[in-house]
Amino acid sequence: MSDVLPTIPPDASDSLAVLEKSRSTAETFGIPLAVLLEITHRCPLQCPYCSNPVELDRSGKELTTDEWKKVLSELAEIGVLQVHFSGGEPTARKDLVELVKHASDVGLYTNLITSAVLLTRERLSALADAGLCHVQISFQGVEEGLSDRVAGYKGAHHKKIEVAKWTRELDLPLTVNAVMHRQNLHQLPDIIQMSIDLDADRLEVANVQYYGWALKNRAALMPTVEQLDECTRIVEEARERLKGTLAIDYVVPDYYALRPKKCMGGWGRQFFNISPAGKVLPCHAAESITGLDFESVRSNHSIAWIWQNSDAFNRYRGTGWMKEPCKSCEFREIDFGGCRCQAFALTGDAANTDPACALSPLHETIFKQAEREAEGETNRFLYRNFAGGTLESGNDA
Amino acid sequence: MAGPRNISVSEASRPVLPRHARLKYDETRKVWVILAPERVLAPDEIAVEVLQLCDGKRSVGDVSDLLAEKYAAPREAILADVIVMLQDLADKGFLTEAREKTP
Repeated sequence: MSDVLPTIPPDASDSLAVLEKSRSTAETFGIPLAVLLEITHRCPLQCPYCSNPVELDRSGKELTTDEWKKVLSELAEIGVLQVHFSGGEPTARKDLVELVKHASDVGLYTNLITSAVLLTRERLSALADAGLCHVQISFQGVEEGLSDRVAGYKGAHHKKIEVAKWTRELDLPLTVNAVMHRQNLHQLPDIIQMSIDLDADRLEVANVQYYGWALKNRAALMPTVEQLDECTRIVEEARERLKGTLAIDYVVPDYYALRPKKCMGGWGRQFFNISPAGKVLPCHAAESITGLDFESVRSNHSIAWIWQNSDAFNRYRGTGWMKEPCKSCEFREIDFGGCRCQAFALTGDAANTDPACALSPLHETIFKQAEREAEGETNRFLYRNFAGGTLESGNDA
Repeated sequence: MAGPRNISVSEASRPVLPRHARLKYDETRKVWVILAPERVLAPDEIAVEVLQLCDGKRSVGDVSDLLAEKYAAPREAILADVIVMLQDLADKGFLTEAREKTP
Protein backbone atom coordinates (compact mmCIF):
# COMPACT_ATOMS: atom_id res chain seq x y z
CA MET A 1 0.00 0.00 0.00
CA SER A 2 0.97 3.57 -0.27
CA ASP A 3 1.66 5.21 3.01
CA VAL A 4 2.06 8.52 1.33
CA LEU A 5 -1.32 9.88 2.16
CA PRO A 6 -2.11 13.32 0.89
CA THR A 7 -1.56 15.93 3.52
CA ILE A 8 -2.87 19.01 1.84
CA PRO A 9 -2.97 21.71 4.49
CA PRO A 10 -6.51 22.65 5.45
CA ASP A 11 -7.49 25.77 3.59
CA ALA A 12 -9.83 28.09 5.43
CA SER A 13 -11.73 28.85 2.23
CA ASP A 14 -12.30 25.19 1.40
CA SER A 15 -15.51 23.81 2.83
CA LEU A 16 -14.16 20.29 2.35
CA ALA A 17 -10.55 20.57 3.33
CA VAL A 18 -8.48 17.41 3.55
CA LEU A 19 -7.61 16.98 7.17
CA GLU A 20 -3.96 16.41 7.88
CA LYS A 21 -3.29 13.07 9.41
CA SER A 22 -2.45 14.81 12.59
CA ARG A 23 -2.63 18.43 13.46
CA SER A 24 0.78 18.14 14.94
CA THR A 25 3.31 20.90 15.03
CA ALA A 26 7.01 20.27 15.39
CA GLU A 27 6.56 19.96 19.14
CA THR A 28 3.34 18.04 19.63
CA PHE A 29 2.30 14.78 18.10
CA GLY A 30 -1.42 14.19 17.92
CA ILE A 31 -2.75 10.69 17.56
CA PRO A 32 -2.70 9.65 13.88
CA LEU A 33 -5.96 9.55 11.95
CA ALA A 34 -5.12 6.21 10.36
CA VAL A 35 -3.18 3.20 11.57
CA LEU A 36 -1.84 0.25 9.60
CA LEU A 37 -2.42 -3.14 11.21
CA GLU A 38 -0.16 -5.85 9.85
CA ILE A 39 -2.10 -8.67 11.41
CA THR A 40 0.08 -11.43 9.98
CA HIS A 41 3.23 -11.85 7.91
CA ARG A 42 1.93 -15.07 6.39
CA CYS A 43 1.20 -14.70 2.68
CA PRO A 44 0.76 -17.13 -0.20
CA LEU A 45 2.44 -14.68 -2.60
CA GLN A 46 6.21 -14.19 -2.75
CA CYS A 47 6.57 -10.74 -4.33
CA PRO A 48 10.23 -9.76 -4.50
CA TYR A 49 9.49 -6.19 -3.34
CA CYS A 50 7.43 -7.16 -0.29
CA SER A 51 7.34 -4.31 2.22
CA ASN A 52 7.50 -6.71 5.16
CA PRO A 53 10.79 -6.98 7.01
CA VAL A 54 13.26 -9.60 5.79
CA GLU A 55 12.90 -11.25 9.19
CA LEU A 56 9.24 -12.16 9.26
CA ASP A 57 7.15 -12.78 12.39
CA ARG A 58 6.11 -16.43 12.55
CA SER A 59 2.46 -17.26 13.22
CA GLY A 60 3.21 -18.36 16.79
CA LYS A 61 4.21 -14.79 17.64
CA GLU A 62 1.04 -13.20 16.23
CA LEU A 63 -1.37 -11.39 18.55
CA THR A 64 -4.44 -13.43 19.41
CA THR A 65 -7.97 -12.48 18.38
CA ASP A 66 -8.65 -11.02 21.81
CA GLU A 67 -5.41 -9.06 21.77
CA TRP A 68 -6.27 -7.53 18.38
CA LYS A 69 -9.77 -6.67 19.60
CA LYS A 70 -8.30 -4.92 22.61
CA VAL A 71 -5.97 -3.00 20.29
CA LEU A 72 -8.89 -1.94 18.07
CA SER A 73 -10.90 -0.70 21.04
CA GLU A 74 -7.93 1.21 22.36
CA LEU A 75 -7.24 2.81 18.97
CA ALA A 76 -10.84 4.01 18.67
CA GLU A 77 -10.74 5.35 22.20
CA ILE A 78 -7.63 7.47 21.66
CA GLY A 79 -8.95 9.04 18.46
CA VAL A 80 -7.78 6.89 15.55
CA LEU A 81 -10.46 7.03 12.82
CA GLN A 82 -9.33 4.53 10.22
CA VAL A 83 -7.61 1.17 10.32
CA HIS A 84 -6.04 -0.67 7.41
CA PHE A 85 -6.04 -4.45 7.79
CA SER A 86 -2.89 -5.52 6.05
CA GLY A 87 -0.14 -8.11 6.27
CA GLY A 88 1.34 -10.31 4.91
CA GLU A 89 -2.00 -11.42 3.70
CA PRO A 90 -4.67 -10.38 6.24
CA THR A 91 -7.18 -12.94 4.95
CA ALA A 92 -4.76 -15.66 6.05
CA ARG A 93 -6.09 -14.96 9.56
CA LYS A 94 -9.16 -17.04 10.26
CA ASP A 95 -10.56 -14.37 12.57
CA LEU A 96 -10.54 -11.51 10.05
CA VAL A 97 -14.33 -11.19 9.83
CA GLU A 98 -14.52 -11.08 13.61
CA LEU A 99 -11.83 -8.39 13.75
CA VAL A 100 -13.53 -6.25 11.08
CA LYS A 101 -16.82 -6.60 12.93
CA HIS A 102 -15.21 -5.48 16.16
CA ALA A 103 -13.52 -2.52 14.45
CA SER A 104 -16.88 -1.45 12.99
CA ASP A 105 -18.57 -1.86 16.36
CA VAL A 106 -16.12 0.51 18.01
CA GLY A 107 -16.64 3.04 15.20
CA LEU A 108 -13.51 2.60 13.10
CA TYR A 109 -13.48 3.01 9.33
CA THR A 110 -12.06 -0.24 7.95
CA ASN A 111 -9.97 -0.86 4.88
CA LEU A 112 -8.75 -4.26 3.68
CA ILE A 113 -5.42 -4.39 1.86
CA THR A 114 -5.27 -7.79 0.24
CA SER A 115 -3.67 -9.91 -2.45
CA ALA A 116 -7.17 -11.42 -2.82
CA VAL A 117 -6.01 -14.92 -3.71
CA LEU A 118 -7.40 -16.57 -0.56
CA LEU A 119 -10.83 -14.92 -0.68
CA THR A 120 -14.06 -16.66 -1.58
CA ARG A 121 -17.16 -14.73 -2.55
CA GLU A 122 -18.83 -15.95 0.62
CA ARG A 123 -16.04 -14.64 2.85
CA LEU A 124 -15.93 -11.29 1.07
CA SER A 125 -19.66 -11.01 1.55
CA ALA A 126 -19.23 -11.80 5.26
CA LEU A 127 -16.61 -9.05 5.50
CA ALA A 128 -19.01 -6.60 3.85
CA ASP A 129 -21.71 -7.61 6.33
CA ALA A 130 -19.23 -7.10 9.16
CA GLY A 131 -18.97 -3.46 8.09
CA LEU A 132 -15.91 -3.42 5.84
CA CYS A 133 -15.77 0.00 4.15
CA HIS A 134 -13.22 -0.41 1.40
CA VAL A 135 -11.15 -3.03 -0.42
CA GLN A 136 -7.70 -2.55 -1.88
CA ILE A 137 -6.39 -5.31 -4.15
CA SER A 138 -2.79 -5.56 -5.25
CA PHE A 139 -2.03 -6.33 -8.88
CA GLN A 140 1.37 -7.33 -10.21
CA GLY A 141 0.58 -6.61 -13.86
CA VAL A 142 -2.24 -6.88 -16.42
CA GLU A 143 -1.79 -10.42 -17.68
CA GLU A 144 -1.18 -13.81 -16.14
CA GLY A 145 2.33 -14.45 -17.42
CA LEU A 146 4.10 -11.54 -15.81
CA SER A 147 1.70 -11.11 -12.89
CA ASP A 148 1.91 -14.69 -11.70
CA ARG A 149 5.67 -14.68 -12.14
CA VAL A 150 6.13 -11.55 -10.01
CA ALA A 151 3.76 -12.90 -7.37
CA GLY A 152 5.43 -16.30 -7.46
CA TYR A 153 1.94 -17.82 -7.41
CA LYS A 154 0.22 -19.59 -10.27
CA GLY A 155 -3.32 -18.41 -10.94
CA ALA A 156 -2.94 -15.26 -8.83
CA HIS A 157 -3.92 -12.78 -11.54
CA HIS A 158 -7.03 -14.64 -12.60
CA LYS A 159 -8.20 -14.85 -8.98
CA LYS A 160 -7.57 -11.16 -8.36
CA ILE A 161 -9.73 -10.16 -11.32
CA GLU A 162 -12.48 -12.42 -10.02
CA VAL A 163 -12.33 -10.96 -6.48
CA ALA A 164 -12.26 -7.41 -7.85
CA LYS A 165 -15.51 -8.14 -9.66
CA TRP A 166 -17.10 -9.61 -6.52
CA THR A 167 -16.01 -6.52 -4.63
CA ARG A 168 -17.99 -4.25 -6.94
CA GLU A 169 -20.93 -6.66 -7.09
CA LEU A 170 -21.13 -6.36 -3.32
CA ASP A 171 -21.08 -2.58 -3.78
CA LEU A 172 -17.79 -2.20 -1.94
CA PRO A 173 -15.48 0.51 -3.22
CA LEU A 174 -12.32 -0.79 -4.85
CA THR A 175 -8.78 0.51 -5.05
CA VAL A 176 -6.37 -1.16 -7.44
CA ASN A 177 -2.91 -1.15 -5.96
CA ALA A 178 -0.24 -1.51 -8.63
CA VAL A 179 3.35 -1.81 -7.51
CA MET A 180 5.55 -0.71 -10.38
CA HIS A 181 9.14 -1.52 -11.33
CA ARG A 182 11.33 -1.98 -14.38
CA GLN A 183 9.76 -5.28 -15.40
CA ASN A 184 6.12 -4.11 -15.42
CA LEU A 185 6.19 -0.35 -16.05
CA HIS A 186 5.46 -0.92 -19.75
CA GLN A 187 2.04 -2.21 -18.68
CA LEU A 188 1.01 0.98 -16.90
CA PRO A 189 -1.42 2.26 -19.59
CA ASP A 190 -3.14 -1.14 -19.56
CA ILE A 191 -3.22 -1.17 -15.76
CA ILE A 192 -5.05 2.16 -15.84
CA GLN A 193 -7.54 0.75 -18.35
CA MET A 194 -7.92 -2.44 -16.26
CA SER A 195 -8.78 -0.31 -13.23
CA ILE A 196 -11.52 1.46 -15.18
CA ASP A 197 -12.84 -1.85 -16.51
CA LEU A 198 -12.93 -3.24 -12.96
CA ASP A 199 -14.88 -0.13 -11.90
CA ALA A 200 -12.29 0.86 -9.31
CA ASP A 201 -12.62 4.24 -7.62
CA ARG A 202 -8.92 4.63 -7.05
CA LEU A 203 -5.67 3.42 -8.47
CA GLU A 204 -2.43 3.55 -6.58
CA VAL A 205 0.56 3.63 -8.87
CA ALA A 206 3.24 2.90 -6.33
CA ASN A 207 6.78 2.59 -7.54
CA VAL A 208 8.79 0.15 -5.45
CA GLN A 209 10.58 1.67 -2.48
CA TYR A 210 13.93 0.05 -2.00
CA TYR A 211 14.40 -1.39 1.44
CA GLY A 212 14.08 -4.89 2.86
CA TRP A 213 13.16 -7.42 0.18
CA ALA A 214 13.09 -4.80 -2.54
CA LEU A 215 16.64 -3.73 -1.73
CA LYS A 216 17.76 -7.35 -2.17
CA ASN A 217 15.99 -7.30 -5.55
CA ARG A 218 17.00 -3.82 -6.60
CA ALA A 219 18.99 -4.90 -9.65
CA ALA A 220 15.97 -6.77 -11.00
CA LEU A 221 13.46 -4.00 -10.24
CA MET A 222 15.09 -0.59 -10.64
CA PRO A 223 13.54 1.35 -13.52
CA THR A 224 15.51 3.55 -15.88
CA VAL A 225 15.19 7.33 -15.70
CA GLU A 226 13.44 7.26 -19.09
CA GLN A 227 10.92 4.69 -17.84
CA LEU A 228 10.13 6.85 -14.85
CA ASP A 229 9.68 10.01 -16.86
CA GLU A 230 7.30 8.13 -19.12
CA CYS A 231 5.46 6.75 -16.08
CA THR A 232 4.98 10.25 -14.67
CA ARG A 233 3.76 11.53 -18.03
CA ILE A 234 1.23 8.68 -18.31
CA VAL A 235 -0.06 9.25 -14.76
CA GLU A 236 -0.46 13.00 -15.28
CA GLU A 237 -2.30 12.54 -18.54
CA ALA A 238 -4.60 9.89 -17.05
CA ARG A 239 -5.35 11.97 -13.95
CA GLU A 240 -6.60 14.80 -16.11
CA ARG A 241 -8.55 12.55 -18.48
CA LEU A 242 -10.19 10.50 -15.70
CA LYS A 243 -11.09 13.25 -13.27
CA GLY A 244 -14.19 12.21 -11.32
CA THR A 245 -13.94 8.64 -12.67
CA LEU A 246 -10.71 7.26 -11.31
CA ALA A 247 -8.53 8.93 -8.69
CA ILE A 248 -4.85 8.11 -9.12
CA ASP A 249 -2.35 8.28 -6.28
CA TYR A 250 1.22 8.25 -7.41
CA VAL A 251 4.33 7.27 -5.49
CA VAL A 252 7.66 7.82 -7.26
CA PRO A 253 10.86 5.98 -6.42
CA ASP A 254 13.13 8.48 -4.78
CA TYR A 255 16.49 7.31 -6.08
CA TYR A 256 16.15 9.58 -9.08
CA ALA A 257 14.83 12.57 -7.18
CA LEU A 258 16.88 15.48 -5.94
CA ARG A 259 14.89 15.89 -2.77
CA PRO A 260 14.05 12.99 -0.47
CA LYS A 261 10.47 12.11 0.36
CA LYS A 262 8.93 13.25 3.63
CA CYS A 263 8.79 9.63 4.65
CA MET A 264 5.73 8.78 6.76
CA GLY A 265 5.15 12.52 7.02
CA GLY A 266 8.17 12.56 9.32
CA TRP A 267 9.17 9.90 11.86
CA GLY A 268 6.58 9.62 14.62
CA ARG A 269 4.54 12.58 13.42
CA GLN A 270 1.52 11.23 11.56
CA PHE A 271 1.68 7.49 11.41
CA PHE A 272 2.29 4.25 13.19
CA ASN A 273 1.67 0.63 12.43
CA ILE A 274 1.37 -2.47 14.55
CA SER A 275 3.28 -5.59 13.58
CA PRO A 276 1.87 -9.14 13.74
CA ALA A 277 3.60 -9.63 17.09
CA GLY A 278 2.18 -6.36 18.44
CA LYS A 279 5.16 -4.03 18.10
CA VAL A 280 4.17 -0.41 17.66
CA LEU A 281 6.33 0.92 14.81
CA PRO A 282 6.88 4.35 13.19
CA CYS A 283 6.71 2.64 9.78
CA HIS A 284 6.43 -0.90 8.47
CA ALA A 285 10.16 -1.10 7.70
CA ALA A 286 11.35 0.37 11.00
CA GLU A 287 12.41 -2.97 12.45
CA SER A 288 15.15 -3.06 9.82
CA ILE A 289 16.95 -0.39 11.86
CA THR A 290 18.97 -2.31 14.40
CA GLY A 291 19.58 -0.86 17.83
CA LEU A 292 16.06 0.48 18.26
CA ASP A 293 13.86 -1.18 20.82
CA PHE A 294 10.20 -1.08 19.82
CA GLU A 295 7.56 -1.40 22.51
CA SER A 296 4.74 -3.89 22.16
CA VAL A 297 1.03 -3.61 22.84
CA ARG A 298 1.72 -6.59 25.10
CA SER A 299 3.81 -4.36 27.38
CA ASN A 300 2.19 -2.61 30.31
CA HIS A 301 2.20 0.70 28.41
CA SER A 302 -0.82 2.05 26.56
CA ILE A 303 -0.59 2.62 22.81
CA ALA A 304 -0.92 6.37 23.39
CA TRP A 305 1.99 6.26 25.84
CA ILE A 306 4.14 4.32 23.38
CA TRP A 307 3.33 6.84 20.64
CA GLN A 308 4.12 9.84 22.79
CA ASN A 309 6.92 8.66 25.05
CA SER A 310 8.74 5.59 23.81
CA ASP A 311 12.38 5.97 22.97
CA ALA A 312 12.00 4.53 19.46
CA PHE A 313 9.39 7.14 18.49
CA ASN A 314 11.30 10.00 20.04
CA ARG A 315 14.70 9.02 18.63
CA TYR A 316 14.15 10.60 15.19
CA ARG A 317 11.23 12.86 15.93
CA GLY A 318 11.40 16.50 14.96
CA THR A 319 14.84 17.87 14.04
CA GLY A 320 16.92 17.63 17.25
CA TRP A 321 18.56 14.32 16.26
CA MET A 322 19.87 15.65 12.96
CA LYS A 323 23.48 15.85 11.83
CA GLU A 324 24.81 17.93 8.96
CA PRO A 325 23.81 18.51 6.21
CA CYS A 326 20.25 18.14 7.59
CA LYS A 327 20.87 20.09 10.79
CA SER A 328 21.28 23.49 9.15
CA CYS A 329 19.25 22.71 6.03
CA GLU A 330 16.41 25.03 5.13
CA PHE A 331 14.29 22.00 4.14
CA ARG A 332 14.73 20.16 7.44
CA GLU A 333 11.13 20.64 8.51
CA ILE A 334 9.84 20.00 5.01
CA ASP A 335 11.23 16.52 4.43
CA PHE A 336 12.70 15.70 7.88
CA GLY A 337 15.80 14.31 6.22
CA GLY A 338 13.92 11.73 4.16
CA CYS A 339 13.57 8.09 5.14
CA ARG A 340 15.36 6.75 8.24
CA CYS A 341 15.15 3.14 7.06
CA GLN A 342 16.71 4.03 3.72
CA ALA A 343 19.42 6.07 5.47
CA PHE A 344 20.19 3.07 7.68
CA ALA A 345 20.10 0.54 4.84
CA LEU A 346 22.39 2.55 2.57
CA THR A 347 24.70 4.30 5.05
CA GLY A 348 24.56 2.18 8.20
CA ASP A 349 23.32 5.09 10.33
CA ALA A 350 19.65 6.06 10.44
CA ALA A 351 20.62 9.56 11.59
CA ASN A 352 22.44 10.27 8.35
CA THR A 353 20.77 12.19 5.54
CA ASP A 354 18.76 9.86 3.32
CA PRO A 355 21.00 9.34 0.26
CA ALA A 356 17.97 10.08 -1.92
CA CYS A 357 18.74 13.72 -1.07
CA ALA A 358 21.11 15.49 -3.45
CA LEU A 359 22.78 17.05 -0.40
CA SER A 360 23.84 13.64 0.92
CA PRO A 361 27.51 12.92 0.18
CA LEU A 362 26.40 9.47 -1.01
CA HIS A 363 23.71 10.68 -3.42
CA GLU A 364 25.83 10.64 -6.55
CA THR A 365 27.18 7.14 -5.90
CA ILE A 366 23.73 5.72 -5.19
CA PHE A 367 22.21 7.42 -8.20
CA LYS A 368 24.90 6.07 -10.52
CA GLN A 369 24.52 2.60 -9.07
CA ALA A 370 20.75 2.68 -9.61
CA GLU A 371 21.29 3.80 -13.19
CA ARG A 372 23.76 0.98 -13.79
CA GLU A 373 21.42 -1.59 -12.28
CA ALA A 374 18.51 -0.28 -14.32
CA GLU A 375 20.50 -0.77 -17.52
CA GLY A 376 21.65 -4.22 -16.40
CA GLU A 377 20.40 -7.58 -17.55
CA THR A 378 19.59 -9.05 -14.16
CA ASN A 379 15.90 -9.90 -14.15
CA ARG A 380 15.95 -12.82 -11.77
CA PHE A 381 13.97 -12.39 -8.55
CA LEU A 382 14.72 -13.41 -5.01
CA TYR A 383 11.27 -14.44 -3.82
CA ARG A 384 10.08 -13.43 -0.39
CA ASN A 385 9.40 -16.24 2.07
CA PHE A 386 9.99 -17.35 5.63
CA ALA A 387 13.15 -19.21 4.58
CA GLY A 388 15.00 -15.96 3.90
CA GLY A 389 14.17 -15.91 0.20
CA THR A 390 14.37 -18.29 -2.76
CA LEU A 391 16.09 -17.42 -6.02
CA GLU A 392 13.92 -17.66 -9.12
CA SER A 393 14.88 -20.45 -11.50
CA GLY A 394 15.50 -19.46 -15.12
CA ASN A 395 15.37 -15.79 -16.18
CA ASP A 396 19.01 -15.02 -16.77
CA ALA A 397 21.98 -16.38 -14.90
CA MET B 1 -22.46 -3.30 -11.54
CA ALA B 2 -20.95 0.01 -12.40
CA GLY B 3 -21.14 2.69 -9.77
CA PRO B 4 -22.34 6.16 -10.60
CA ARG B 5 -19.63 8.31 -12.08
CA ASN B 6 -19.27 11.91 -13.08
CA ILE B 7 -22.33 13.06 -11.19
CA SER B 8 -23.65 16.43 -12.19
CA VAL B 9 -25.40 17.96 -9.20
CA SER B 10 -28.61 19.86 -9.96
CA GLU B 11 -31.68 21.01 -8.08
CA ALA B 12 -33.39 17.73 -8.83
CA SER B 13 -30.52 15.47 -7.73
CA ARG B 14 -31.07 13.35 -4.65
CA PRO B 15 -27.52 12.92 -3.43
CA VAL B 16 -26.26 10.80 -0.59
CA LEU B 17 -22.83 9.91 0.73
CA PRO B 18 -21.69 6.60 -0.74
CA ARG B 19 -21.02 3.65 1.51
CA HIS B 20 -17.29 4.32 1.55
CA ALA B 21 -17.65 7.92 2.77
CA ARG B 22 -18.79 8.22 6.37
CA LEU B 23 -19.77 11.42 8.10
CA LYS B 24 -18.78 11.22 11.72
CA TYR B 25 -18.18 13.49 14.68
CA ASP B 26 -14.64 13.03 15.91
CA GLU B 27 -14.84 13.23 19.68
CA THR B 28 -11.08 13.46 20.10
CA ARG B 29 -10.50 16.41 17.78
CA LYS B 30 -13.95 17.95 18.26
CA VAL B 31 -14.59 18.26 14.54
CA TRP B 32 -16.86 16.66 11.99
CA VAL B 33 -15.04 14.46 9.49
CA ILE B 34 -15.84 12.53 6.35
CA LEU B 35 -13.97 9.24 6.38
CA ALA B 36 -13.06 7.93 2.95
CA PRO B 37 -10.43 5.58 1.54
CA GLU B 38 -7.03 6.96 2.53
CA ARG B 39 -8.57 10.37 3.12
CA VAL B 40 -10.12 12.27 5.96
CA LEU B 41 -12.03 15.37 4.93
CA ALA B 42 -12.97 18.13 7.33
CA PRO B 43 -16.30 19.58 6.18
CA ASP B 44 -17.17 23.02 7.52
CA GLU B 45 -20.32 23.66 9.55
CA ILE B 46 -22.53 24.40 6.56
CA ALA B 47 -21.27 21.38 4.64
CA VAL B 48 -22.06 19.17 7.64
CA GLU B 49 -25.57 20.55 7.83
CA VAL B 50 -26.14 19.99 4.11
CA LEU B 51 -24.77 16.45 4.23
CA GLN B 52 -26.93 15.54 7.20
CA LEU B 53 -29.94 16.46 5.10
CA CYS B 54 -28.74 14.52 2.04
CA ASP B 55 -30.37 11.15 2.67
CA GLY B 56 -30.93 10.05 -0.92
CA LYS B 57 -34.61 10.93 -0.59
CA ARG B 58 -34.53 14.72 -0.38
CA SER B 59 -33.60 16.56 -3.55
CA VAL B 60 -31.04 19.34 -3.57
CA GLY B 61 -34.06 21.66 -3.96
CA ASP B 62 -35.69 20.21 -0.82
CA VAL B 63 -32.47 20.65 1.12
CA SER B 64 -32.22 24.26 -0.01
CA ASP B 65 -35.82 24.89 1.02
CA LEU B 66 -35.13 23.62 4.52
CA LEU B 67 -31.97 25.69 4.90
CA ALA B 68 -33.60 28.82 3.46
CA GLU B 69 -36.35 28.51 6.02
CA LYS B 70 -34.02 27.76 8.91
CA TYR B 71 -31.70 30.68 8.21
CA ALA B 72 -34.31 33.00 6.75
CA ALA B 73 -32.01 33.45 3.77
CA PRO B 74 -32.73 33.80 0.03
CA ARG B 75 -33.34 30.34 -1.40
CA GLU B 76 -31.59 30.96 -4.72
CA ALA B 77 -28.32 31.95 -3.01
CA ILE B 78 -28.45 28.91 -0.77
CA LEU B 79 -29.25 26.61 -3.67
CA ALA B 80 -26.24 27.91 -5.60
CA ASP B 81 -23.91 27.38 -2.61
CA VAL B 82 -25.25 23.91 -1.94
CA ILE B 83 -24.74 22.85 -5.55
CA VAL B 84 -21.15 24.13 -5.57
CA MET B 85 -20.31 22.31 -2.35
CA LEU B 86 -21.93 19.03 -3.42
CA GLN B 87 -20.38 19.16 -6.88
CA ASP B 88 -16.97 19.58 -5.26
CA LEU B 89 -17.63 16.51 -3.14
CA ALA B 90 -18.89 14.60 -6.20
CA ASP B 91 -15.76 15.51 -8.17
CA LYS B 92 -13.65 14.16 -5.34
CA GLY B 93 -15.59 10.90 -5.66
CA PHE B 94 -17.43 11.13 -2.35
CA LEU B 95 -21.00 11.63 -3.46
CA THR B 96 -23.48 9.32 -5.09
CA GLU B 97 -27.09 9.60 -6.14
CA ALA B 98 -29.96 7.53 -4.87
CA ARG B 99 -30.69 4.89 -7.47
CA GLU B 100 -34.11 4.29 -8.90
CA LYS B 101 -35.47 1.11 -7.44
CA THR B 102 -36.59 -1.14 -10.25
CA PRO B 103 -39.49 -3.34 -9.20
